[in-house]
Amino acid sequence: MATVTYDEATRVYPGATTPSVDKLNIDIQDGEFLVLVGPSGSGKSTALRMLAGLEEVNSGRILIGDRDVTRLSPKERDVAMVFQNYALYPHMTVADNMGFALKIAGVDKGEIRKRVEEAAKILDLEPYLDRKPKQLSGGQRQRVAMGRAIVRSPQVFLMDEPLSNLDAKLRVQTRTQIASLQRRLGVTTVYVTHDQVEAMTMGDRVAVLKDGVLQQCDTPRRMYDHPDNVFVAGFIGSPAMNLMKLPVTDGGVQLGNGTYPIERGVLNGAREVTFGVRPEDMTPATDGSGLPVEVDVVEELGADAYVYGRVPGSEATATPIVARVDGRQVPQKGETVHFVPKGDHVHLFDVESGARLGG
Amino acid sequence: MALDITTGRPWPALLDLPWSLPLEEWPEDLLAALPRGISRHVVRFVRIEGRVIAIKEIKADLARREYEMLRALRRLNEPTVEAVGVVTGRVARDGRPLDACLLTRHLQFSLPYRAMLSQSLRKDTADRLIDALAVLLVRLHLVGFFWGDVSLSNTLFKRNAGEFAAYLVDAETGELHQSSLSRGQRLHDLDIARVNIAGELMDLQAGGFVDLDIDPLVVSERIISRYDELWDVLTATEKFEYGNRWQVDERIRKLNDAGFDVGELDITTDIDGTSIQIQPKIVDAGHHCRRLLRLTGLDVEDNQARRLLNDLDSFRAATDRQNEDEELVAHDWLNRIYEPITRTVPRELRGKLEPAEIFHEVLEHRWYMSEQAKKDIAIEEAVKDYVKNVLPHKPDERSVVGVDTEELPVRAKE
Repeated sequence: MATVTYDEATRVYPGATTPSVDKLNIDIQDGEFLVLVGPSGSGKSTALRMLAGLEEVNSGRILIGDRDVTRLSPKERDVAMVFQNYALYPHMTVADNMGFALKIAGVDKGEIRKRVEEAAKILDLEPYLDRKPKQLSGGQRQRVAMGRAIVRSPQVFLMDEPLSNLDAKLRVQTRTQIASLQRRLGVTTVYVTHDQVEAMTMGDRVAVLKDGVLQQCDTPRRMYDHPDNVFVAGFIGSPAMNLMKLPVTDGGVQLGNGTYPIERGVLNGAREVTFGVRPEDMTPATDGSGLPVEVDVVEELGADAYVYGRVPGSEATATPIVARVDGRQVPQKGETVHFVPKGDHVHLFDVESGARLGG
Repeated sequence: MALDITTGRPWPALLDLPWSLPLEEWPEDLLAALPRGISRHVVRFVRIEGRVIAIKEIKADLARREYEMLRALRRLNEPTVEAVGVVTGRVARDGRPLDACLLTRHLQFSLPYRAMLSQSLRKDTADRLIDALAVLLVRLHLVGFFWGDVSLSNTLFKRNAGEFAAYLVDAETGELHQSSLSRGQRLHDLDIARVNIAGELMDLQAGGFVDLDIDPLVVSERIISRYDELWDVLTATEKFEYGNRWQVDERIRKLNDAGFDVGELDITTDIDGTSIQIQPKIVDAGHHCRRLLRLTGLDVEDNQARRLLNDLDSFRAATDRQNEDEELVAHDWLNRIYEPITRTVPRELRGKLEPAEIFHEVLEHRWYMSEQAKKDIAIEEAVKDYVKNVLPHKPDERSVVGVDTEELPVRAKE
C-alpha cells in the first residue's frame, strides 16, 4: 500500500501546442479512493496512464510511496490496471482463474493458495473455489475477475472507466461493489470516469479536470457545497446548478425585481457576477419576489418534482432554470413561479475568470 | 427509435435479420453455426448473401468505435477482420431498447488457436502461433495501435506455408494513436500478451486438449523474445565504419527476410565522416506478397508468397530463362504450373485449404516422394498423389467459426 503523488506532472503529445495534462499536483493518501473526472479531452485518462507508465511524463514527477516511478516501465511500478475485459478460462477452477497470473510471476504454490483464499473470502467466493466458471452467476464471474487483480496485491489499483460497457442496472450494482471492496481492501485506488454521479458516489475525494488542468480536488461533499469555480459548479450535480449572469446593484445583485443582498467586499467592485443556485435550493416565493420562471416542463418523481422553465423574455435557447419542488405542490405548465434562494445557499463567481467569490 | 444500419456493404439481406430480438434469441435456422463457450458478449454467426458474418451485441458507442477502428486498421493494410457494419437503434417488440450490433465478416480459411492446437500433431505449433502473433503485434505497434487485450483468442490464424499468419479479431480495447506508441504502452501490451497466452494454454491443458509437456510459461515468454527480435530488426539504429557500407545492404536483407520492405531509411554520418548511422524510418510488411502480386496478380500470405516465388525462380532456372523479362516468365509459370496444379483439386475438396496453401503442400509432398523414390518426381505426378492420398483426410477449414471444447471444431453450415 502506498501514497501516490503527482508533482507538476505534465504530458505534451508530440506536435500538440498545449499540454494534455498541465502541471498536475495531487497527493493521494494511502488507501484513498481518488476519482479523476472531467469531460472528454479533460486529460483524466492521460493522467491515469501517466501513473500506469503508459504515457510518458514530459516534465514533473510521479511518486508511488517515496519511490520516483516517472521513468519506470508499467511492470516495475507495482500497479494493477483493473480492467473489465477479463476472460475467464472455462476449464480452470475458480481458484486457478484467480491465481494463474501469480504462477506466471513465479510465486510458489503455497503462497498462491493463501492469497487466493484471502481474496475469495473478501469476495464471498470461498465456497466456489473448486468450481468451474460456468457454474457461477454473472456477478460471481465478475468478482472472480476482480480477484485476479486482488491476489497480485499491488500498491495501487488503476481503473479506467471500468463500468462503461455495463448496462445501467449492473453499473449501479458494480459501482457499489467496487467501492465497498476497495474500502475493505484498503488499497490506494485511482479511478477514471466521465460520469460525475459515479465520481461523487465512489470517491473519497474527487479531482475535476478540464483541458488538462486540475480544477479542484476535494471530498464529494465539499466539492458540491463549495465549488472553486464556475466550471466545477456546473459540472458537479445533477440536474446541474443554475448559473445566471446578474447585474450588481447597490447592496447585492439584482434578482428578478428585487435585490439579493451580498456584502460589498465579496463582489470586489464587479459590475456583473455569475450567480449560482442548486435546483434544491430554489424555494417558491409566495409574495412575488425573486426570480420569475415560466414553467416549460415538470418532471414528477413522486416525493419531488423538477420544474424546468425560463425567465420570461429570455432567449428560447437559454439554458433552462431548474428547481426542485414538493411533489404534492406542483405548478402547471405555462404558469409563472417566483423562486428565491434558500438561506445562504448561493454561489458567486467572477464573470471573467470563473473563480469563486467570497467564502 | 428507428433502426440505423451503417455499412460499407450494400447487402439488403441485412434488413431481413430479426433485429428486434435479442441476439441470444435468434432462431437456430438463421445461424450458420451454434455458439459455444463463455464469452463476454453474445456473438452469433449468420450467413448473408453467401458470406459468414459474425454479429456481436455490444453498447452502441463501443460498437461504433470498434467499427471505425477496424476500418482504420484495414486502410493502413493491417491484418484485421473486415468490419461490415454497425446496427443501432434496436428496439425489442415490448419497446425495450436493445444493445447495438457490430458485424464483421468471417475470415475464410482462418482458424482459432484452439483448433490449431488441438488438431495439430506437430509439437512446435504453439511456438509458430506465437511467432505469428508477435509479427502481428509488431505491425500494429508500428502504426501506433495499442491493443490492450492481446491474446490468442482475440486473434485468428491462417495457414502460411508451414507458418501461420495472424489477424486481429477483437479491437474493443484498442486505441489508434496519432503518434508512435510509448515504450510503456508497448511493454504493457507485451505483458498482457504474456499473461493471456499463458492463461489460455493452461486452460487448454486443464481441459486435456493440449499435451502436458508444453510448458505454458516457456511458450508465453516466446512472445516477448520474438517481438523484441523483430522490433530490433525493424527499428534499431545501427552504426558502423564508413568502409563497411555493405552493412546497409545487410540490414535491408534482414528486413526483407523478416518479410518487410524499407520505405524510408535514415542515413547519417558523423562530422568527420568515419562512421555511418542507419535507422529504418518506414517499413512495410508484405515484402514477398507484394512482389508476387506484382508479378502474377496472386494475393496470398507472405510466407506462401515466398514459397511460390522460390518455385517461380526454380521454373526460371529449369527453363533457362534467367535473361528474360521477369513478368513474362511469371506469366508462363502461372499458366503452366500454378493454375493447372491448383485446378487439379476437385471442387468438393476446395473447402479444405486455400489454393496457395495447397500449392505449398504439393511442393512439400513432391519433396517427400522424391526422397522416397530417390529421384525427381514431377509436380504433376505429386499433385495427383496428394489429391488422392493426402487432401481427402484433411479437415474442411474454409468456414471454421469457433471451437467447441467438447467436439472440435464448429463449422458454418454451407
